[in-house]
Amino acid sequence: MTATTTAPPRPRKPPARSSGPPKRPVWKRMRDDWWIYLFLLPTVVGYGLYTVYPLVASWWYAFLDWPGFSDRGTFIGLANFELLWADDLFWNSFVNSMVFLALAVPLRVGLALLLAIVLNRRSTPFRGLFRTLLFLPVVTTGAIVGIVFTLILDAGGPVNLALVKSSLVDSPVDFLGSSGLSLYSVIGVWVWKWLGITLIYWLAALQTIPNELYEAARMDGAGNWKEFRYVTLPLLLPFLVVITLIDMVGALNVFDLVVTLTGGGPAFSSEVVEVYIYRTAFGATVPQLGYASAAAVLFGLLTMVLAVGQAVGIRAARKAMP
Amino acid sequence: MTATRSSRWLIGTGLALLCAVWIYPFLWLVSGSLKTNPEIFGKGLDLLPEAPVWENYSRAWSEVGFSSYMLNTVLITFGTVALVILRSALAGYVLGRYDFVGKKVLIGIFLVTFFLPEGYTIIPVTQLTDMFGLLNSHLGVILGLGAGGHAAATLLYAGFFRTIPKDLEESARMDGAGPLTIFFRIMLPLAKPITVSVFILQFLAAWNAYLLPLVFTLSHPDLRTLAVGMSAFVGENDTDWAGMAAAAVLSLAPVVAVFVVLQRQFVESLAGAVKQ
Repeated sequence: MTATTTAPPRPRKPPARSSGPPKRPVWKRMRDDWWIYLFLLPTVVGYGLYTVYPLVASWWYAFLDWPGFSDRGTFIGLANFELLWADDLFWNSFVNSMVFLALAVPLRVGLALLLAIVLNRRSTPFRGLFRTLLFLPVVTTGAIVGIVFTLILDAGGPVNLALVKSSLVDSPVDFLGSSGLSLYSVIGVWVWKWLGITLIYWLAALQTIPNELYEAARMDGAGNWKEFRYVTLPLLLPFLVVITLIDMVGALNVFDLVVTLTGGGPAFSSEVVEVYIYRTAFGATVPQLGYASAAAVLFGLLTMVLAVGQAVGIRAARKAMP
Repeated sequence: MTATRSSRWLIGTGLALLCAVWIYPFLWLVSGSLKTNPEIFGKGLDLLPEAPVWENYSRAWSEVGFSSYMLNTVLITFGTVALVILRSALAGYVLGRYDFVGKKVLIGIFLVTFFLPEGYTIIPVTQLTDMFGLLNSHLGVILGLGAGGHAAATLLYAGFFRTIPKDLEESARMDGAGPLTIFFRIMLPLAKPITVSVFILQFLAAWNAYLLPLVFTLSHPDLRTLAVGMSAFVGENDTDWAGMAAAAVLSLAPVVAVFVVLQRQFVESLAGAVKQ
């Protein structure tokens, strides 16, 4: 991922991978490379304004009492964080986000791995077709999928009709309208929608395992399970870390599905942090932009913890690999 | 794998059942868009409508204003895709092939902000757009979706441009071509496979975006994208199930069509992204 060039652009330049300081002074190099900075201009400006500035600004906003975009915020120190700390609804959304991560990610990663192993076998018929069908929900618009599923999971919708007809339940299940079930229903829809992309990741990972290894394992008399346990699994470990991380980030971006399926309800039972931030900032009669920013900052800290955890995890996985 | 015929058959059947369940919601949606309202919930499991009601589509298209939502979505999607491709190809080219002052810092910033969730920056981004006077405009949404982020696209380009032999550039430079000419005439055409990948991933992300277009068009209903318009439609008339289903089919059709046409590239670009 790190870009190290081996091609010196001009004969006069030292090779890129020089360990010592460059021969020419910095300002002169920068002047000679003016066109490079011209190429970087759109990225530097756009990224600076829309990614780096928001990151920094959120921290500043978190210390303001700021009742709307047209107003100027007033500095109130840590008051937002104190209020957040005592805000049951914030912790409720935080716990919901954690439950979402803890349930949805393993489900998505695990199911996708199982399917990938089956779809990777040469003997499986219609592999391409099955892969395509499982991938189809991925390309669809999350907000619209959410709306469609409000009909499908409705008391008179097809799922409940099937359940009642097959006598699995006596009366229709209120998937989205009961506080005990709503979050799990959202998780189910989320896994359904995104499983296909994880499946593609796993299939790509499985492709990297050379066939000779399987042949060797079979020569040694390994069965299916042993083959999986001693060949497939160890080689997939580094991919497991990366794929889990990608899916965890995905599980923090569930605004569209949650809002359209349940709106975070009933009684905040499916409100995740993202929806909490939106509601505080844009959904309330008096926008509490500073307060919402403080919630976003805490949410951001969580993301950073995840990123650090990823770095540690990858390092550990690399060490475990011979 | 020496699979016996019966186990093959068993696995195939199991997968077929799973896939049937998997795409059932789409089949149900298409059939619902051709039913009358009472028919949708009356005999929910029956996929074939008694007599297809095409009128649902014309209602969704003209009365609800989905034609303008579609136009907004197309504009915003292609604007965003063009912006991201140009921006990340230019930056990826110099990052991949040249060494310059500040390069390490730039790559460091990319990696630190690689996984930033959207919900985290929506307030500052909205405030920024408001400051530029671009709230409630197509350009505001395009910049919001495409100006920041997307470090992955830049790094994909950088990785590709690093692999190109340098004689190409050298000889072009001998002929007196400037950096811009070299980039647009030689380098960008060479990077076509990467451009296809970035196009696909960005198209998908922009077409399906919800949070940012929702916030940016809160006070301007005529600028809504399909996803935002759809949820507004549900809020305003929640009894016209058939019209809603038709609107949903109309909204999903383009992106599904793009997927069917570019299926192979889709899968390859995603697989390539994870192998990186």
